[in-house]
Amino acid sequence: MKEHLRPALTMLLLMTVLTGVVYPLTVTGLAQLFFQEQANGSVIVREDKVIGSNLIGQYFDKPEYFWTRPSATTPFPYNAAASGGSNLGPANPVLIEAVKARVIALRAADPGNDVAIPVDLVTSSGSGLDPHISPAAAFYQLRRVARARGIEESVLRDLVAQHTQGRQLGVLGEPRVHVLLLNLALDERR
Amino acid sequence: MTTNAILQVIVFFAALLALVKPLGWYMARVYEGKPCGLDPLLGPLERAMYRLCGVRPTDEMDWKHYGVAMLCFNAAGLFFLYGLQRLQSLLPLNPANLGGVVPDLAFNTAVSFATNTNWQAYGGETTLSYLTQMLGLTVQNFVSAATGMAVLVALIRGLNRSTSTTLGNFWSDLVRSTLYILLPLALLLSVLLVSQGVVQTLDSYRTVTLLQPAGYDKTVTDATGQTVLDEQGKPKTEPAAIIEQIIAVGPAASQIAIKELGTNGGGFFNTNSAHPFENPTPLSNFLEALAIVLIPAAFCYTFGKMVGDTRQGWVILAAMTILLLCFIPIGLWAEQSGNPLLSDIGVDQQFEAGQAGGNMEGKELRFGIAQSSLWSAVTTAASNGSVNSMHDSYTPLGGLVPLFLMQFGEVVFGGVGSGLYGMIVFAIIAVFVSGLMVGRTPEYLGKKIEPYEMKMAALLILIMPIVVLGLTALAISTENGRSAILNPGPHGFSEVLYVYTSQGNNNGSAFAGLNANTPFYNLTGGIAMLISRFWLAIPILALAGSLARKKLVPIGPGTLPTHTPLFVVLLIGVVVMVGALTFLPALALGPIVEQLMMRG
Repeated sequence: MKEHLRPALTMLLLMTVLTGVVYPLTVTGLAQLFFQEQANGSVIVREDKVIGSNLIGQYFDKPEYFWTRPSATTPFPYNAAASGGSNLGPANPVLIEAVKARVIALRAADPGNDVAIPVDLVTSSGSGLDPHISPAAAFYQLRRVARARGIEESVLRDLVAQHTQGRQLGVLGEPRVHVLLLNLALDERR
Repeated sequence: MTTNAILQVIVFFAALLALVKPLGWYMARVYEGKPCGLDPLLGPLERAMYRLCGVRPTDEMDWKHYGVAMLCFNAAGLFFLYGLQRLQSLLPLNPANLGGVVPDLAFNTAVSFATNTNWQAYGGETTLSYLTQMLGLTVQNFVSAATGMAVLVALIRGLNRSTSTTLGNFWSDLVRSTLYILLPLALLLSVLLVSQGVVQTLDSYRTVTLLQPAGYDKTVTDATGQTVLDEQGKPKTEPAAIIEQIIAVGPAASQIAIKELGTNGGGFFNTNSAHPFENPTPLSNFLEALAIVLIPAAFCYTFGKMVGDTRQGWVILAAMTILLLCFIPIGLWAEQSGNPLLSDIGVDQQFEAGQAGGNMEGKELRFGIAQSSLWSAVTTAASNGSVNSMHDSYTPLGGLVPLFLMQFGEVVFGGVGSGLYGMIVFAIIAVFVSGLMVGRTPEYLGKKIEPYEMKMAALLILIMPIVVLGLTALAISTENGRSAILNPGPHGFSEVLYVYTSQGNNNGSAFAGLNANTPFYNLTGGIAMLISRFWLAIPILALAGSLARKKLVPIGPGTLPTHTPLFVVLLIGVVVMVGALTFLPALALGPIVEQLMMRG
């Protein structure tokens, strides 16, 4: 036992230096050297002001913007300092009631549009920070945004298409629309 | 299941199987002490480490010394990590000014990382400073993985050696696993991940101005931080506005790379690999998922190479792959079918142009059903436990897949090192069972399997279920256990079963709705993790020691060949039999009854 104590402590110290200091700092150095933008949070800058991150969603609830997915972060949605999902089970009445309320809110914002609502628009994401919605969810909102902004739906449709990413390398993931960039583009049209 | 989902599964396994041989061959060179290409660079560092520690890598240890060295090293790591968390508020690199971690949580987290479980009772960005993440978690990510690898290599030597009392040198196996295998792979993967957008910075959290300020209902708290209740006993709220967003960043990529490669799984952020900064793109998701099973898969080849018959390794890999491939379609189908209760209230969950549909609660859009469901199977088959979607919100059958995969005892790929040593034990049980059927002395790789070996093997398959089912029963029958449950009905039982299945198998994934950050769960879970890690590693070393002492017997007409498709079937049969017999009753009370209730 005693003969192993000194190696154990020294080894822990050496490993701490190697894998806890040298390794992360080397990665930080390489990251800052080669991928500075990504390493620092892929921020979006407009007029010298940081207005968001390419990867982190923001909360939208005004009719003239495309809405993001519901977020379960606390105390407010899209709290990027404390990510979180709802963790509600599929049969939990709390989940069903919450989805019902979201369906009602979406329908109230767009009276007369009674088609079934794409699932991603009424379910909260895993991180609570999901920046994307499905193309179907964007198209679902066209009429409301077009009316609120007084723009032709066809113009909006083109804008959505421009902000739609396909599967990565043609295979991986799912097609998606970046809501923050789409909304920025809407504002910048003025 | 969609065509694209099938395609993504095929691409995943093709990439994995293509990497098995080159990496497995390389690892065999590392453990056999042969030149592997990195020696000129790392050799001097390796020798300096031995010198500073006062060990000679050529000093052979018997199984007891090997085990004691391992325990000393792991205990030192555990105490250090505990102390680091308690004192983090006094230490540097804490830009978010987080306080010291409370004792029960610090204990649970220290055990969790020292045992390669990486259960997340803590909340990443809200609990741990950068210093704790780097010096504590990242270090244990490496060395707990390297410990598992070392124990496996000792077992392989035990199978390989004839009438020997020793199994190699723990320090050498630990250092070589870290330096030559984990570090280079982690370095490569972290840079790849940063290129996709994973953050790696020591700067403090960022503040951004929101494009659209929004209102929300803020919960009112009194001066002591307690929630104020209104007349109906509900939390009182007042309107508040959000105008900016504080975005947590940090040195994440370096930790995420090793969290996946070392089958650790503890996240930098609270929501683990669902967080866009931990897993920003479908490609980063692909790489991370691949990293989870890469080393456990490649070890099968290493094993075959080291015992001098690569077919033995391929047989085990085939059994693991087939088992995993049986479960993936169940999960994909269940999640893609969606939640029937939502279809009734005007929600479109169909797969169609413009959307993947399915059960999207708790899932990220960029991953959709295919990448989320594939990940949930891979992360629980391997004892990784990182998540890219919230398993608690899965459909009953979708959630059964990760639960059941863990209950096989983490041998379907399993942890780095620990998965394969578990599977070798199942192989020993398989030859024993077939030996009973034909009435011959069972042999595995030229070693006679006798009562001592079977006792150790039986310990291995008995301890885990006792821990998991015993603690689940305890939690369910006490108020302390029940009060932490989030979801009502059978799903709540699944949450409790999941927490102990996960910790009792050193996995670390969660049905995260359960509020497991309470003294009751932190302490019982900590004990489960300690038992399942070390009470398994020690019998493995004893088994290795006993095997090493035996003579290698030549293959005779009565020997059951263990390199054939028949043996793959036998091995799968034993794994499924043991897992299903032990856990089906418990599963019936949770996900199975929930499925029946939900589908009506």
